[in-house]
Amino acid sequence: MQLSSEEIEILKIIEENHKLSVESIALMAMCSEETVRNTIEKLEYEKIIMSYPTLIDWSKVEGQEGVIAMIDVKVTPKRGVGFDEVAERISRFPEVSSLYLMSGAYDLSITVEGKTMNQIAAFVSEKLSTIENVVSTTTHFMLKKYKHDGVSFNSGNDDKDWRMVVSP
Amino acid sequence: MKHDYEHYLSQTAKELQPSGIRKFFDLAASMEDVISLGVGEPDFVTPWSIREATILSMEQGFTSYTANAGLLELREEITTYLATRFGVHYDPNNQIIVTIGASQAIDLAFRAILNQGDEVLIVEPAFVSYAPLVAIAGGKPVAVSTSPANGFKVTAEQIEAAITEKTKAILLCSPNNPTGSMLTKDELTEIAEIIQKYDLLVVSDEIYAELSYDEDFCSVAAIEGMYERTILINGFSKGFAMTGWRLGFLAAPKEFFQVMLKIHQYTTMCAPNMLQRGAVEALRNTYPEVESMRNSYRRRRNYMVQTLNQMGLVCHTPGGAFYVFPSIRSTGLSSEQFAEELLMEEKVAVVPGHVFGESGEGYIRCSYATSMEQLQEALKRIQRFIEKKGVYADSQSEKVKAR
Repeated sequence: MQLSSEEIEILKIIEENHKLSVESIALMAMCSEETVRNTIEKLEYEKIIMSYPTLIDWSKVEGQEGVIAMIDVKVTPKRGVGFDEVAERISRFPEVSSLYLMSGAYDLSITVEGKTMNQIAAFVSEKLSTIENVVSTTTHFMLKKYKHDGVSFNSGNDDKDWRMVVSP
Repeated sequence: MKHDYEHYLSQTAKELQPSGIRKFFDLAASMEDVISLGVGEPDFVTPWSIREATILSMEQGFTSYTANAGLLELREEITTYLATRFGVHYDPNNQIIVTIGASQAIDLAFRAILNQGDEVLIVEPAFVSYAPLVAIAGGKPVAVSTSPANGFKVTAEQIEAAITEKTKAILLCSPNNPTGSMLTKDELTEIAEIIQKYDLLVVSDEIYAELSYDEDFCSVAAIEGMYERTILINGFSKGFAMTGWRLGFLAAPKEFFQVMLKIHQYTTMCAPNMLQRGAVEALRNTYPEVESMRNSYRRRRNYMVQTLNQMGLVCHTPGGAFYVFPSIRSTGLSSEQFAEELLMEEKVAVVPGHVFGESGEGYIRCSYATSMEQLQEALKRIQRFIEKKGVYADSQSEKVKAR
């Protein structure tokens, strides 16, 4: 879909910080508040703006740590629909937080989130591997998150403002 | 034995005025939770690949001196950069010097061209170092005031009016610190005519060249007839977010280069080797990051200019750099009072305009190189502050009337 430079500008602004008010976005993009409101509405409707996710570091919250696994899945593609049908099927499980078709040694890369290792093990053995066309699975449990969606979980000092308060 | 230190010190050094910014720094630094719009540097950390290249160069043992003028590899990248970005062509072998920040480049330029008593026109409001550097080199700084009506852009007439027999050069800084104003190609062409007419030189501080928002930046050296009489100064501090690296460069006709190189080799030897290697990476591979920083500044500028104007602190739309320069005359306060009271009452630091020269009185410099959250909060506090002052000003005038 072809977007105007104004629409792209609005997207870039909210991509960086979706908490800005419509008023602020309008001032930054040099357009009216109405344009901002209409553009956002349109782009949400067109599913160009998919959602406004909040990135939470659950590992810091006691009792909420959870377990994440990345699973490499080999499947047999189906005539006429290729990988899409089986991918669609797998993506319906709420445990699956992301799903990609990959080039290389396996076909689908899945991220699964659960409360415990057992819960994920059960998902893999009972649900995922029993799906028709799934040939094999390799499960990797995630040990620590360093960076996710461009955000460093332990960003060190890059976020800190080291500058002198006033300088020429 | 009691020493009379006054007697030991250089007359020129003693006569230098302490920077007016210093006072504000001390005051603001002593307070907590200050939101600062007083910072003259990017809020971005240097792109990682540049830092990484410097770390790697240290691992590889690049800890020696480099050529006086800087690593040839870097000078070659600089000439390519100047040619492709700004259309000005230099020879890396005998026209480029890598310096310790643009500041050292300005110092070199003045030392190379000034004789005792030569006058240098400084377009004001101006960065605080220019006039002292002229004085240190034995010259005499002459202020050329600009007017807010023209967005603080200097005009050919204003320059011509300030020229005397002793005028040797003019210092131009566009985009400008503190006003953010940028001279267009047409405006520069007009100024160039006067400069050529009186056979002057230009020391052109183009450190904010990468941060221009509405029009393409035009280098003074790119104007017809100006290449031969321009010492072009630029650096990595602002565009590449490398202020603390202290890396700048200058480009000039080789006759100037030779003299400046002589001074540079005796005073400085060369810029640090490992940092120069980081700068090579900066010029080769970080352009997308420079661009994304520029876009980010542009959006914040739009927000600042409109919001300040809405609240009655009138300002022109600056074409570049990361400063807005609003008038605070409507409050009835002087720049210094405004900045001081704003800091004490609302904990927002700005720089009073008068520290950049007389024509800056009645204005404040607000840097928007800080996060949107901070900017929004700062402007909220400024709004509250001027509402309070507005009431104050009104009641004062009522008192006057009552008398």
